[in-house]
Amino acid sequence: MKLGAVAHTLRLEFLVDAAPDTEVRDGYVSDLLSDVLAHAEPGDLWLTHQRHLNVVAVGKLREVAGIVFVRGLRPNPEVIQKAREEGVNLLVSQDDAFHTAGKLHRLLFP
Amino acid sequence: MISPAPLRHREIFPVVGLDLERAGLVSTEVQRVLRRLGVEPEAVRRAGIVCFEGEMNMVLYTPGGRIILLVYDDRVELIFSDRGAGIPDVELARQPGYSTAPDWARELGFGSGMGIPNMEANSDHLEIRSRLGEGTVIRAVILRRKDETRSGSTHS
Ligand SMILES: Nc1ncnc2c1ncn2[C@@H]1O[C@H](COP(=O)(O)OP(=O)(O)OP(=O)(O)O)[C@@H](O)[C@H]1O
Ligand SMILES: [Mg+2]
Repeated sequence: MKLGAVAHTLRLEFLVDAAPDTEVRDGYVSDLLSDVLAHAEPGDLWLTHQRHLNVVAVGKLREVAGIVFVRGLRPNPEVIQKAREEGVNLLVSQDDAFHTAGKLHRLLFP
Repeated sequence: MISPAPLRHREIFPVVGLDLERAGLVSTEVQRVLRRLGVEPEAVRRAGIVCFEGEMNMVLYTPGGRIILLVYDDRVELIFSDRGAGIPDVELARQPGYSTAPDWARELGFGSGMGIPNMEANSDHLEIRSRLGEGTVIRAVILRRKDETRSGSTHS
């Protein structure tokens, strides 16, 4: 399913919609950067509470479909700017990690 | 590892310790350079992850150092050298889960003890030489596979 459609259904707000046509294949929830580099898969939608600059680098390195900040958390403008430069999709979910992941799972694997 | 393949590119990137704001920039730049040189996407991907982990360790645990990128026809090499305190037990540091990251770094998502294991999983050869009080040199060799087989992306 395309990221744009996922965002619409789950009511995720785009902070950076660099490539909304990106295919979302699966999801991954983690706040540990090296864990994401080791275990997330390309095409995963990455749900996290981390919102500093390195998150953009990790998302790009692991080629995730997008990064979702949960619980309404917002990164600072510098992070958004960096994501735009690097072409990394950034989104915000008003739900917490558990509920965002639950809804995403139901959508991707009905 | 001795190979007759000629050196195509050599570049040195300085890394400033404890400068978390700039951390991660070298890996992005290294990937850009490798892509420009026409290095295969799989080798670019693996080199990016190796570089990020090596760079982050330098930023978190040392006052700084440098990363040397060497590109050959058959491989990419990354050499990380720092002027830090050194690693007391290199075998222990290579174990998944081992970490001495301070609390402030853990709050930012570092300290799962997966950095060096990730470097190993994404390189074909990883050499760590460390001297207490002098610093650490890590050399990672990433072979360029023309057939583009996916391997070593994860550590399990
Ligand atoms: N350049 C270095 N100089 C001194 N000590 C280092 C260096 N690199 C790694 N270490 C030591 O090795 C440990 C393990 O490193 P590793 O990268 O595997 O995990 P981490 O940095 O603690 O956590 P993570 O990488 O998952 O965020 C570190 O906690 C640190 O004690
Ligand atoms: Mg590390």
